[in-house]
Amino acid sequence: MKAKHQRLTLVVLALIAIIAAGLIATWALRSQANYFYLPEQMAAEPPEVGQAVRLGGMVQAGSIETMADGITVNFRVTGNTADVIPVRYSGILPDLFVEESGVVAEGSLGADGVFEATNLLAKHDENYVPRELEGLEGHQSQDYAETVAGTE
Amino acid sequence: MHIYANPKRFLSLAAWLTPLVFWSGLVVALGAIAYGMTSVAPDRLMGESVRILFIHVPSAWLGMGGWTGIALSSAVLLIWKHPLASIAARAIALPGMVFTAICLATGSIWGRPTWGTWWVWDGRLTSMLVLLFLYAGYIALAQATAREGGSAKIAAIFGLVGAINIPIINRSVVWWNSLHQPPSITAGGSSIDASYLWPLLAAVIGFSLLFGGIVLMRMRALIAEQQVEARLRRRALDDEMPATAQAAMETA
Repeated sequence: MKAKHQRLTLVVLALIAIIAAGLIATWALRSQANYFYLPEQMAAEPPEVGQAVRLGGMVQAGSIETMADGITVNFRVTGNTADVIPVRYSGILPDLFVEESGVVAEGSLGADGVFEATNLLAKHDENYVPRELEGLEGHQSQDYAETVAGTE
Repeated sequence: MHIYANPKRFLSLAAWLTPLVFWSGLVVALGAIAYGMTSVAPDRLMGESVRILFIHVPSAWLGMGGWTGIALSSAVLLIWKHPLASIAARAIALPGMVFTAICLATGSIWGRPTWGTWWVWDGRLTSMLVLLFLYAGYIALAQATAREGGSAKIAAIFGLVGAINIPIINRSVVWWNSLHQPPSITAGGSSIDASYLWPLLAAVIGFSLLFGGIVLMRMRALIAEQQVEARLRRRALDDEMPATAQAAMETA
């Protein structure tokens, strides 16, 4: 065996070991490295009341209601299953917070089963569409303005 | 491959390739950015901030592509001991780090209006920050070994081991729930509208050519530096020789 081939085998073996180690490490991290819980995950294993967690999913269509005080918003978050988590939040809403769009809520689960959010992050999806081509846009932004302003 | 083991052959090739690649890349990249800044329509949700896409995506691609280049050069160095491989890896490291930093900065600027936050510790953002630190570590290690006369193998091993982060960055948005969106361009097609996709592809090609031009420039500079050092060392030896010869005569 030539020295060059010996080095080739050595490097290939080392690479396989590195990749295996990396895969094992990421496999071990598979649940810990999630940035948020999906509603179905939260419904299956509810976190303790008051424990700081993040909840992520889609804002259910027609679920956004603004309370009488004008800054508290109630809405429901859906995931890939029928499980739904109600969320309450008081504060400034991000620009991309609209129905049927992704959202990540930071906060904790209350004793009444409502998720009390202290911070809302809008999650952008992988679609990039210009405004003119989006047929829903006019209607969506109108809905959004109505929900935020609380007018009908 | 081994014909370019001779730096002279490589240098004569690089002499005309460098300006060609650099200037064409600069023109295409600036053109694509200018078009993206002025002529594409605002996104339905993101609005005007979609324009940062034309800098963010090529930078991310080059940050990850740069480390892939370092890893490939490192493998070539370790297996075939190609003399240009360590020079190529060192030449790639600095622009790779700069583009990784640009990717993180533009992503952060985009995240503030879109997500409502400058930074979160999700899988994609964290693994990309790790890549920036890997670049910093690689540059420090490669420079230290080059300056102190250590073996280039140490940096090459680091380059190979660090490559494990590249598939992690790529898969982070698929494996874990993350705030960063999943990939828009997959084997199954693209969910980016064609009016954004074409300028984006032009920007990626332009940035890549520009990156290639910078790497060639840096390789030429590193080769020149090595030649200067070798010449100085030879001259120092020549100066010392008579002195040692004299000393030898005196003691005799």
